[in-house]
Amino acid sequence: MPSYSFTLNGKKVSVDAPGDLSVLWALRDKLGVTGPKYGCGINVCKACTSHLDGKAFNPCVTNLRDVAGHEVTTIEGLADGEQLHPVQEAWLQQDVAQCGYCQPGQIMAAVALLKRTSNPTDEEIDAIENVCRCGSYFRIREAIKAAGALMAEQVAAPGSAPEPVAVGTQLPATGGASVVAAAGATATALAAAARLLQFEPAAADGDLA
Amino acid sequence: MSAPPVPAEDAEGTSRRRFLAYLVAAPTLAVAVQYGLEGTAEAVVPTQPQPADNFDLGDFLILAGKPTEDKLIVIEVDKAGKVHCALPREEVGQGITTAVAMLIAEEMDLPLSDVTVTLAPARPELMYNQLTGGSNTMRSVYTPTRTAAAATKARLLAAAAHRTGLSISRLQLRSGVVVGGGHSIPIGELTEAAASPHLAVPAVGVKDPSAFTLIGRPQNRKDARAMVTGQMKYTNDLEPVPGLLRAMVRRPPTINGTVKAILNEAAIKKMPGIRGLAIIPTGVAVLADTFGQALDGKEALEVSWNAGTVDAEDNKSILTKLKAVNAPLGPALGTVVEGEFDFAFVNHAPMETITAIADIKSGHGTVWAGLKTPIVAAQFIEDDLGFARGSITAHVTQGGGSFGRRLFFDGALEAARISKAVGKPVKLMWTRVDDMRHGRARAASHHLVRATVGGGDVLRFEHHVASVETDFRHGLGEIMTANGAAFGDPALIPISAGGDASFSQSVFGSTIKSPYNFGPTTQLLNEANIQMHTGSFRSVYSANTRGAEEIIVDEIAKALGKDPVAFRIDYAKDPRYAAVIKKCAELGSWGTKLPKGFAQGFGFHAEYKSCSACLVEIDARNPKKPRVTKAAIVGDYGLPINPRGLESQLLGGLTDAISTTLRAGLHIDKGLALEGSYSQFHYARQKDAPREVKIHIMPPTTGDPGGAGELGLPAAVGAVANAYARATGTKPRSFPIIFPVDFVPFTKNTGSTRVQPR
Repeated sequence: MPSYSFTLNGKKVSVDAPGDLSVLWALRDKLGVTGPKYGCGINVCKACTSHLDGKAFNPCVTNLRDVAGHEVTTIEGLADGEQLHPVQEAWLQQDVAQCGYCQPGQIMAAVALLKRTSNPTDEEIDAIENVCRCGSYFRIREAIKAAGALMAEQVAAPGSAPEPVAVGTQLPATGGASVVAAAGATATALAAAARLLQFEPAAADGDLA
Repeated sequence: MSAPPVPAEDAEGTSRRRFLAYLVAAPTLAVAVQYGLEGTAEAVVPTQPQPADNFDLGDFLILAGKPTEDKLIVIEVDKAGKVHCALPREEVGQGITTAVAMLIAEEMDLPLSDVTVTLAPARPELMYNQLTGGSNTMRSVYTPTRTAAAATKARLLAAAAHRTGLSISRLQLRSGVVVGGGHSIPIGELTEAAASPHLAVPAVGVKDPSAFTLIGRPQNRKDARAMVTGQMKYTNDLEPVPGLLRAMVRRPPTINGTVKAILNEAAIKKMPGIRGLAIIPTGVAVLADTFGQALDGKEALEVSWNAGTVDAEDNKSILTKLKAVNAPLGPALGTVVEGEFDFAFVNHAPMETITAIADIKSGHGTVWAGLKTPIVAAQFIEDDLGFARGSITAHVTQGGGSFGRRLFFDGALEAARISKAVGKPVKLMWTRVDDMRHGRARAASHHLVRATVGGGDVLRFEHHVASVETDFRHGLGEIMTANGAAFGDPALIPISAGGDASFSQSVFGSTIKSPYNFGPTTQLLNEANIQMHTGSFRSVYSANTRGAEEIIVDEIAKALGKDPVAFRIDYAKDPRYAAVIKKCAELGSWGTKLPKGFAQGFGFHAEYKSCSACLVEIDARNPKKPRVTKAAIVGDYGLPINPRGLESQLLGGLTDAISTTLRAGLHIDKGLALEGSYSQFHYARQKDAPREVKIHIMPPTTGDPGGAGELGLPAAVGAVANAYARATGTKPRSFPIIFPVDFVPFTKNTGSTRVQPR
């Protein structure tokens, strides 16, 4: 049985399996990393979306041999310990998830988009093809915008104090009460944001610590 | 397992509801309650036969659950002061575990974070009271949960009173600590004393709604963090026993076909990672080390098949059969506004395909799956395997969506059969193609709708529905058979001897109603018995039936020269309906002037003691590529428990409506769906969803929670269709409206998705 080694969420791993086994099943059935989900197996639902060398990819249609020597990040590797990534924080604040099954993929797709641009247009968000069968699309859109705004704000003022920052997304009134989403950004989240925007990681960490 | 009941001491005072606490054997305080001593089921049943306005399917399910209601909710307090409840319902994204935690935290004055709600396994002693469906969870658990929580709190206070020597009236439970008279005792320290059967506990009532601090306030989901970090465990993420083989099933090329022979067994067994094959009633199971390898084996199998049950059927032949069974409307008397509608099959398509784990030993076993009917599932599996009653333990796992799909336990049954056949524990997963083609679908339906108008008024309203038979053999049918007669009046829930057709009539009659005063109103269902895998889809009959009616309502308004919103307000049966319609028109700025090719559309629906209105704007400049651009939705739930969760459900209903009205449906062709994945079954994506959505939840109107999960769909179907009609100047009659076979179907033989264009 051939063996393939790669970096998974910052750690070296190796898998004994045929080279044409899809990365999805290598992760799930061989390594027990279950954040990336099966939804179609043919790269149309995108529930397994993860990152390969920092870019979005779909493990269900990628062969194990093709990730050997590369860096794979799944949803499990997105947070910094207990400190969530700003996109995850935005997902919580917007209460996006219903069944939750597609959300690891949605979040990884959103992170990849926000890496390209912190202020995505509606058209750019429309281009995310990940299926959410619960139909949470509007909240996904709002969460992406909120995360982007938060990250941009922190890039503009990287040395600011780690106080909660209102992202200012006004949700529809509820039972007479308005709900204002506020993303509590802390130092580590800001560091994560800075890293995401490809700041010098060490410097950003140092500034914020 | 229960200790004898501990009689509550009578107390003076103003308890609205008396109850007895049962102690349940446990290392810590665990309380179930018997309550409602003054009220019995009989007292609740309306004495007059009533339509769904007064007595709906949810009421029926609540009554069927009455005899076991005292056992339904068990609340435990551990020594760390944390409160736990294993809810005998299935969470598939509705947010019920959060809402139930809110009920407990409210009643016990605890921080929401101190309450954990998990999912209970099948509890056969609950009989008819462990079915998650009919938008009924919060309706059915609202009172039992609050009552059990109040009883638990009473025991904790009584234990504190005993310990401090103070009277209970001087003590209060605040944020997990009993305080009073200078004392401050965390509830975790009181659990043992509170669990004593000798403790004197006064009868207490539940909190008055005016004192609510949590119920009715928006709360984000408690399980969201697990979801956004990839830690939420769905069935496929579990390894509850070591050595689980991965199983997939090669399925027939037509629905319900059966295996004649495996032609290349030896070759398959030589493939990497393959551990075995087994013929089961639904196909050939392939077992392997990984699902990737099981899939390779499944697709490489050569199998000869016996015919299925609908090999000659296609959408056209099925529609012909539906038209043949639909009751004609009879001659029109006077001026009529009418329409003939048809709706295609719709797959539930939950993101998590059917998945189940089974560990079957000799004469007993365990299954794990997302089960909405776990008691029936376990019993069915016991019978199927020839095992004794009580020999199967069914664990309920959180599901990745359902929309009705997980009422059926076909995955758990199949996994159990495979595990028994190979003598090993297995994890079964259906591929997406399996789920699309051999899974369940909302039955196709045909509708004749007619309004008779005269003198500027609606004089009569008729709607005859013909549907492919909807399968209710997941426990609901059994509940109706067992309980229908018990409720005395056959007109209430008409149960006749016989098959599914009578259940369907009952479900139809107890869910469908017209919300308008349109004079004498007839709504009828007839079914065509076509042996396909159907099942209740979110809002069962209402999406199509009420959706079609909402289209005709717009056409009646037009014929009478009235504004569609004003017309609905004028004819609304209930002031609650009128209020919701009015609020939605305001929220969505009804009447906004829009450019050519754009239009607004409106819809309304009432069911399960709730109602909702939806207003959308559509861009149909290209009628083949319409997009809903904005939506405004208003819901009245009687008593909203978690408005944030209700907004989620309305948003989901809207997306379902956009999908099924415009582009998502199944083409049956020679006995099998052509659609095999999301690239072919056009459920909406982000590019199809509106960029602006406003949702408003009405403040409490009735004081009792109404149904929530299904409510949002039918009104939105009406709104989307009406907007499309107005934008394009057409009269939509066949759904989905845009429904070409715009893809190359995957091969029917293997279902393989290899080398297939997108």
